[in-house]
Amino acid sequence: MSIVDETRTGGNGFVGQALKRKEDPRLITGRATYVDDMVMAGQLHVAFVRSPEAHARIVSIDASAALERGDVEAVFTGEDMTDMAAPCVFFWKPPGVDVRVPDHWPLARGKVGYVGQCVAAVVGTDKYSVVDAAEQVVVEYEPLPVVVDPEAALEDSSPAVHDEFGTNNVFEWSIGGGDVEAGLAEADVVVERRIVNHRTAGAAIEPRGVLATWQADRLTLYSSTQIPHIARVVLSIQLGISEDRIRVVAPEVGGGFGSKLQVYGEEVFACYAARKLNRPVKWVATRSEDMSTTHHGRDNITYAKLGAKRDGTLTVIDAKVIQDCGSYHLIEGPVIPTFASCVITGCYQIPNVKCDVVGVFTNKFTTDAIRGAGRPEGIHVIETMIDQLAAELDMDPLELRRKNFIPADGFPAALPHGMVYDSGNYQGSLAKLLEHVDVEAFRREQAELRERGVYRGIGFSTYVEICGLAPSRVLGPPVWGLQGGYFESALVRVLPTGSVAAYTGTSPHGQGHETGFAQIVADRLGVTPDQVEIMHGDTAAGPFGKDTYGSRTLAVGGEAIVRATDKVVEKAKRIVAHKLEAAPEDIEVRDGKFSVKGSPDKAMALADIAAEAYIPTDLPEGLEPGLDETAFYDPENFTWPFGAHACVVDVDVETGKVKVVRYVAVDDCGPAINPLLIDGQVHGGIVHTIGQALYEQVVYDAEGQLATGTFVDYALPSAAEIPMFETDRTETPSPVNTLGVKGVGEAGTIGATPAIGNAVIDALRPLGVTFINLPYTPMRVWQAIQEAQGSGGGPRPTEQGRELDEQGRGPGFGPTTPEGGQL
Amino acid sequence: MAEPVPVSVTVNGRRREAKVEPRLLLVHFLRNTLGLTGTHVGCDTSNCGACTVHMDGMAVKSCTVLAVQADGSEVTTIEGLGTGDALHPVQEAFWASHALQCGYCTPGMIMASADLLERNPDPSESEIRHALEGNLCRCTGYHNIVKAVRSAAEAGRAAEAAPIEVPEPPRATPQAGR
Repeated sequence: MSIVDETRTGGNGFVGQALKRKEDPRLITGRATYVDDMVMAGQLHVAFVRSPEAHARIVSIDASAALERGDVEAVFTGEDMTDMAAPCVFFWKPPGVDVRVPDHWPLARGKVGYVGQCVAAVVGTDKYSVVDAAEQVVVEYEPLPVVVDPEAALEDSSPAVHDEFGTNNVFEWSIGGGDVEAGLAEADVVVERRIVNHRTAGAAIEPRGVLATWQADRLTLYSSTQIPHIARVVLSIQLGISEDRIRVVAPEVGGGFGSKLQVYGEEVFACYAARKLNRPVKWVATRSEDMSTTHHGRDNITYAKLGAKRDGTLTVIDAKVIQDCGSYHLIEGPVIPTFASCVITGCYQIPNVKCDVVGVFTNKFTTDAIRGAGRPEGIHVIETMIDQLAAELDMDPLELRRKNFIPADGFPAALPHGMVYDSGNYQGSLAKLLEHVDVEAFRREQAELRERGVYRGIGFSTYVEICGLAPSRVLGPPVWGLQGGYFESALVRVLPTGSVAAYTGTSPHGQGHETGFAQIVADRLGVTPDQVEIMHGDTAAGPFGKDTYGSRTLAVGGEAIVRATDKVVEKAKRIVAHKLEAAPEDIEVRDGKFSVKGSPDKAMALADIAAEAYIPTDLPEGLEPGLDETAFYDPENFTWPFGAHACVVDVDVETGKVKVVRYVAVDDCGPAINPLLIDGQVHGGIVHTIGQALYEQVVYDAEGQLATGTFVDYALPSAAEIPMFETDRTETPSPVNTLGVKGVGEAGTIGATPAIGNAVIDALRPLGVTFINLPYTPMRVWQAIQEAQGSGGGPRPTEQGRELDEQGRGPGFGPTTPEGGQL
Repeated sequence: MAEPVPVSVTVNGRRREAKVEPRLLLVHFLRNTLGLTGTHVGCDTSNCGACTVHMDGMAVKSCTVLAVQADGSEVTTIEGLGTGDALHPVQEAFWASHALQCGYCTPGMIMASADLLERNPDPSESEIRHALEGNLCRCTGYHNIVKAVRSAAEAGRAAEAAPIEVPEPPRATPQAGR
């Protein structure tokens, strides 16, 4: 099934077209292969025995009844796995910062720190009966005191999640520039808020799953993962198997959203058991397992101060982020809130900046990257604060934004806290947004509706994000402290018959790599995207890569593809020049052929060139046979996509229910490779965030029990809650890569929460409501209305059991010191 | 474990017989017994709809039906929706409208959409959104799914230009404990 007009013969011009996806035929007919679709002869199934306690000592484990069953092959506990080479590999060691890292094993050793932690694993022949057998494993626990509130966990009186540290402080980290004290002194107005970005779940519709095999002394892991390459490194370290004997394959992956940017204990266990038992071992999470033990995201509290002169000129931002890390780390969780600090100044020139981050252990599951990963939190803070400040200054929030935007001629923009924004035109994207949104007309409509008791509000956000995760020299060990490189690899292979197989070290889970990359390669090689097969997600298929997350696929992986393709083109030109007796620099790719400039009839098709390369009887002197090139690419900088979003909501003031009635997004991710894919990413990101803002919240009770373990309690938005979207783009190329692209996978999640929140407040200002923290659930909104109206309204909204005042501030408002006291 | 019981289910037009545990879910019968892995499992609580198939002409969540309840029924899965090499109009429309990304919810979403169009060949945007509220998608934001169902409806109307009123046959209702 072709994605291009059959009459086209190939050549330039596929880049930029909204081509249908190459991936789709298998997906719409049920022929795709996800992990759970794979069956291996002799495969065993796993059921995990999980802790019902949030914090407890394991007194005893009795697996005798399970082991007596004829359908059980083995039962493992943590004590059975002492021959593991290492605990969970943690990749963040920032220079000069002490990060406390507890040993985290696939099966608990002696103690549990969160509900759902794996305590034992039953391996048997039948998917249903291993679950029965797991219920026969008897575990005795001695409960320990539990702490779930990250701010309470920082107090001296708090129970320690890990005895060995004597504190729940995970790390303290700071970034800044200018003079914050001077900035505060200089300001005529300083707005202070306690801003909550609550805990959410990635909730990919495909739960996690793995199938591990041990054959011929080699390990193969099929995993529903975003990061097969990183997983191979981790497995090698944890299992003590050399990397060359490990292959990791990400088959069709049913969504990730950061939640599969991870190497989980269950994955490592399946590999361990496959090797021990010499049988294929399979495990697929139930939704409840996925909700409780697939890493969560967000869950931080920011104490923010934003200061300005009376005319709106921003002078300072001072933020302190308290990140709930949960009880154990997986590969990188605590680094995530540091990405919030990168964008804490948003699109604005603020001369004095400080952002402190403190991580906290609690008896909850791990937080790590979820779509946006720190940037939605940072942008939610600055864009909420801008609207709060505008109200304080009695200024139009759009005017306040325009006044402080980094000007379009101010790029590259070096910021006080060390960031260098590559390119931007914030005025341009806001102006484009306002072509779609007539604010004056809206205000008239709003006034009319209010007379009829309809509370409609509009909110805006102008965002910038740090994307294209690379470059190694910044993210890597010497500066940010991630223990790895962040380049990307590609391989472009013209096969003997002239068809093209291109490999990327990035690993898709719905984005459309196969289509977008095929468009890029096809243009450069003079073929059609149908003729280019994109290989990915298999460590055996090409060089070491760094996988997919952080909107890096196109900005980093795409440029690697470009470079590998260009090497093939250069070699092909030498072959053509030799055969046609011309100079290589006179050969061009045109109309599907490599032809001599000015003599289009003197030309060779790619298949003819491939034949010369693979039947190497007449190659230019010194040229190696073959037409197969590899490239590695490590950029000079991040990319910094940006945009302007507007959201219109209706708030039912009787019930507090918020409904999004209109959403307009103008995004700038540089030139489009495939506009269809961009719109899809933007739509999905916005709905992810409408979910976060209005419906979704991972809730633990005071005992650390997860109250949202299913899709009944954790409410993903359905089609019925969502409007159609209006999307538009501006195109400001990035100077960082030759495609000029910036990345778009997370844009919707970054722009949307403050637009929704500002809209809710805009709707409710006539009722005296000035601030509400996320999520804008009916109860929280209704209570804010009642309080503003002075009508009591029952218990106040709480976060983690703490009562908040009308500004969303907890008791003893003010940033806590690293020692846990009040500043 | 209870004694296996025989079931006979016509799946995608072919009669299939097997002995199954009484607790076996229809979705696992389709996936594991018959190897029809196009039908997916996304939750344990009948919220996500990834497992939607047609049973006796009606969309059902196959994680909420026991294989023994399907005994004697006709079941259509995503693998049986098109005819031969030709895609069903809803499949065609999902492809053309970019109504899928990771594809995991897609078979269920397509089966639910096809069911909607059987019952209501010309649904409004709001009718489409409400008809699909039992099918969750985390990738697309639903925008392009709604567009795809609208365009499949329009394609269907164009294909059925002849204005002949055919009375709809009575619809079977799956019965529990059959």
